[in-house]
Amino acid sequence: MSAYLTTIAILVCEAALIGLALNLQWGLAGLVNFGVVGFVAVGAYATALLSPLVGWLPAMLIAAALSALLSGGLALLSIRLEENYLAIVTIGFGEVVRLVLLNEDWLTKGALGIADISRPFSELGVASGNDIAFLLFSIALVGLSFLLLEGLARAPFGRAIRAIRDDPTVSSALGKPVLALRVRAFAIGGAIMGLAGALHAFYLTYIDPSQFTPIVTAYAFMAVIAGGRGSNIGLLLGAGSIMALLEGTRFLKDFISIIDGTQLSALRLALIGVGIILLLIFRPQGLVSEPKRFERDVFPRANERTP
Amino acid sequence: MSPLLAVEGVSKRYDGLKALDGCTLSLLNGQITGLIGPNGAGKTTLLNLMTGLVRPDTGTVSFQGKNITAAAPHHLARLGLARTFQIVRELGSLTVLENLLLTPPAQSGEGVIASLLKRRKWWAQEHENALKARQLLERIGLWKLADQASAGLSGGQKKLLDLARTLLLEPKLILLDEPGAGVSPPLKQEIVRVVRELKSEGVAFGLVEHDMHLIAALCDRVHVLAEGRLLLSGSFEEVTRDKRVVEAYLGIAA
Repeated sequence: MSAYLTTIAILVCEAALIGLALNLQWGLAGLVNFGVVGFVAVGAYATALLSPLVGWLPAMLIAAALSALLSGGLALLSIRLEENYLAIVTIGFGEVVRLVLLNEDWLTKGALGIADISRPFSELGVASGNDIAFLLFSIALVGLSFLLLEGLARAPFGRAIRAIRDDPTVSSALGKPVLALRVRAFAIGGAIMGLAGALHAFYLTYIDPSQFTPIVTAYAFMAVIAGGRGSNIGLLLGAGSIMALLEGTRFLKDFISIIDGTQLSALRLALIGVGIILLLIFRPQGLVSEPKRFERDVFPRANERTP
Repeated sequence: MSPLLAVEGVSKRYDGLKALDGCTLSLLNGQITGLIGPNGAGKTTLLNLMTGLVRPDTGTVSFQGKNITAAAPHHLARLGLARTFQIVRELGSLTVLENLLLTPPAQSGEGVIASLLKRRKWWAQEHENALKARQLLERIGLWKLADQASAGLSGGQKKLLDLARTLLLEPKLILLDEPGAGVSPPLKQEIVRVVRELKSEGVAFGLVEHDMHLIAALCDRVHVLAEGRLLLSGSFEEVTRDKRVVEAYLGIAA
């Protein structure tokens, strides 16, 4: 049971990283990215292929950098494309990545996938021990990414990308370099998605193209919508509750006998959908609203300082 | 006196439609210059072209003697060339205060690395900018709404906010695209007051407007556009006496 909980916790960490990254790109900067899974896959494959050659940590960093580079490059297209068209291009990117993984056997071993990826901390010996170590590593990665993204969101950088989300033309007339800021937001998001992919590869120790389907992208959007567009704290809550719902409902089969397992797994997905719809009806802004700079932040009141 | 902003022989076609056709005119330092003309005369295209949103097919635009024909909007904003929009485009999810805090140029906290590692520096800028923002918001009577999302303001308040926002660019020239449209008479008076005050502080204005009372009240000089060209220039009294202007507005072939 504790091994199962560790697994769920690591999956939540992966989902949280992907969600945090999407929250920067779409939540704050307003760029729709339907190719999330592509960047995760690039991160996972780069990590799996490079870690035997250069070691796990450098492999992870290269994976993040590669994903950031692709992501920033894709954002450059936003100079020529309206928002919706960029969204279509990102769908295309996700598909291209999947097809390359499936067909370039010499590099990716195609549909067979890459097996026996060695996980960091496995030298710690006992199986459960290195699971815990890896979980702690994953949590640390989420914590670090959260601090980084929350710092950006609360700085003038965050305000500038929110302004661009609201109206790029007005923002540029106010002196904001729209393209440069968009590329940065997209690249940082891409890097974090790459790291999520690295975690994925290390934890499962086996990857193949069938693990990188658009449902990964859908979960990330759900987490951002549920948590509240723009809020990193909300995102952690959103990603946590969606994974908890998804995984927790697996046990329903022990209590419900009228429907079989296949029907139940479809029902679980439907349940998530219903949850999102209810949330959008009753709390359309999501669980937590995005950070804003209020009067009290810049003008601390005199009467609050004096006891 | 050399012009602050000069447009020379600019043309712009949208497919078959000639929006501007060899238009030449200038805006002078310290003055409020009106741009009037019937619908379709090319006023908004001209404004977009002056602020880098549109590039002309031919011709040049220069600001303070520098050629800015191909410059990006955000560069122009930093040079001190600001604008407002005809249909108010507020940054709706930002609060009223944030709308103003956004604008000041050279904020170190807009860099990725600096926003994380130079927090002390950008917080100092933030406090400094907040003081200026408060002064401006008090001046236009919106300080009590500082923490409201700007999407919730009335049309007139949004126009004032739009104008106030541009002021934090410390502009030398502000181009106003129909500041009076859809604004209640008292707020219109408020806009006239603010624009006059700013003029006395040395800011020049370009004013596209259909409300002739507003043009008469504010403008030192008026350019009349028709069919993508400059028809004539002069004081408000001079141009309104001209028969060609009346004809252009009424659509009678000259």
